[in-house]
Amino acid sequence: MTTAVIAFRRAPGLRHLLTLLLVFALGMGVQASGLVTDIMDYWGDIVFLSQQHMVLVLVSGGLAIVTGVSLGILLSRPAMRRWAEAVMQVLNIGTTIPTLAVLALSMTLLGLGFTPAVFGLWLATLLPITRNTYQGLLAVPPALKEAATGMGMGSGRMLLKVELPNALFVIFAGIRTALAVNVGTVPLAFLIGGGGLGELIFTGIDLAEPGMMLAGAIPTALLAILVDFLVGQGQMWLIPRGVNPLR
Amino acid sequence: MITLDKLTKVFETANGPVTAADHVSMEVPEGEICILLGPSGCGKTTALKMINRLIPKTSGKIFINGRDTDEQNVTELRRGIGYVIQQIGLFPNMTIVDNICVVPDMLGWDRAKSRKRAMELLEMVNLDPAVFANRFPKELSGGQQQRVGVVRALAADPPVMLMDEPFGAIDPINREVIQDEFLKLQKEFRKTIMFVSHDIDEAVKMGDKVAIFRAGKLEQFDSPDNVLAHPANPFIADFVGSDRTLKRLRLVTVGQAMFDAPAVTEDDTLDRAAGVMRDLDHDFVVVTDRHGRPDGYVRQAVAEAKHGTIAEHHARLPVTVEAGQDLRTAVSQMFTHDVTWLAVTDSQGRYQGVVTQQGITHLLGKTYGAAATAGTAAAAE
Repeated sequence: MTTAVIAFRRAPGLRHLLTLLLVFALGMGVQASGLVTDIMDYWGDIVFLSQQHMVLVLVSGGLAIVTGVSLGILLSRPAMRRWAEAVMQVLNIGTTIPTLAVLALSMTLLGLGFTPAVFGLWLATLLPITRNTYQGLLAVPPALKEAATGMGMGSGRMLLKVELPNALFVIFAGIRTALAVNVGTVPLAFLIGGGGLGELIFTGIDLAEPGMMLAGAIPTALLAILVDFLVGQGQMWLIPRGVNPLR
Repeated sequence: MITLDKLTKVFETANGPVTAADHVSMEVPEGEICILLGPSGCGKTTALKMINRLIPKTSGKIFINGRDTDEQNVTELRRGIGYVIQQIGLFPNMTIVDNICVVPDMLGWDRAKSRKRAMELLEMVNLDPAVFANRFPKELSGGQQQRVGVVRALAADPPVMLMDEPFGAIDPINREVIQDEFLKLQKEFRKTIMFVSHDIDEAVKMGDKVAIFRAGKLEQFDSPDNVLAHPANPFIADFVGSDRTLKRLRLVTVGQAMFDAPAVTEDDTLDRAAGVMRDLDHDFVVVTDRHGRPDGYVRQAVAEAKHGTIAEHHARLPVTVEAGQDLRTAVSQMFTHDVTWLAVTDSQGRYQGVVTQQGITHLLGKTYGAAATAGTAAAAE
């Protein structure tokens, strides 16, 4: 048994082969059940709603990255140190509110449609980015800052050349978590008229149509994997080798 | 030149004001290394960091090459001062060569010029640029990193350097090596350096001047030899250690303690050797070969009891020392080989003279005698 496991771990070729066989068998089963045809009936909807879905992710996620990183940087500045913990606490409380409630609140404020959906998603995504940026910057060794200051680096240059590059890995980890949450939450946006693949999922559940539901669920899952993969690649290649534990 | 004039720092703490530097006045001449020495919390690091304004001073003046640093923009001031810290502080996100070029880049140097200089500097500390230039700090050992740290401070060729226990975190063996390398660099660059240390041996080895601090006060500012030979008060005597005279061995080269003693060659007769010894009042004479290198020696007893040529009767020398080495090495060799004198050579191995235990004792003791005489004279007045 143990030797089998070890052999399995040591032979990536074998592992890949087994995975392929498993996927193939699964595919055969699904095909036989007729689900594939059911799902493919919604191809037009899938393409259209996926685009909507992506736009929601990109806009809310993009805004969250911009604001989260900026807020994190701001809070890490010595002048703000007094307020930083209080602000982080407020953000923490904000995250404990379920996303659905956040969306509902944002609907009462902003009405139905794209804007309140983006706002709700933005709020739900903000915290991990802000927190990681803030803590990543705080964790930059004081010796680096002392060396930089002693060499005559100004605070702006120090932020760009020393602090941010050395916090980048932690910041990216925050972005990765945040975007995973974001993609998974976007289906809920349908409930306040934001569109996206949630339309197929929720309608499919209501109509008890597994084909329709899966036509929304599978692309959502694939999108989540894709986004995570892309951010992972970004983390791998955009962060300088000297501060990148992955390389 | 660095001049401190009544430099004072008072920290306001919860338990009331604490004076970390109390009217410190001193002057480090151009091209010299001044070691700020003292137990932890004595104010040496505070004094150092006030120079590049990492710590704002309470009162007093700091001049660099005659210029009041208060009149200088802080960024400009810092870029003109090389700064090395114990934690090294290389930027992990930059390659070694980019780390070295941080200040030149900020000063807007031509890129090709700064990179070329970085390569030269790396070579000077025995780091092959082809291997190390494009590595990241984490790929270097601690000793290698601090070499880069030192080189980085030198990159923009500042006239003045501040070093805050730069070799404190390096293991003793590497520390010796890196200290020697640094002294070699300093011989070439002649920077004016303030160097914080808590290690008296390091101070004696590296310093042209030593400034000893206690509780914010500068207790003694003198040459290492004077600090060791004439500690100004019991605190300093205690701090430099009861073996302080032994430490002075480091400060004197063999050449300084050596005296001329004519040698004989293998072809000379024992009678001639005996004559030389009588003239010198020595009980030995060194024998050199035809290249002028010390080859052996003849004892007085042998020379007087026997006849013939020296070639038949001389004994081998167990060891020789070079004139440029310090007395510590010489004494260590004497103890190792159980001898009371050594033949001294130049760097090519040619015979120069001899150094004896008695000569060393006499040389080290001279300063005490002089002080005692001066003390008696002062008392008499």
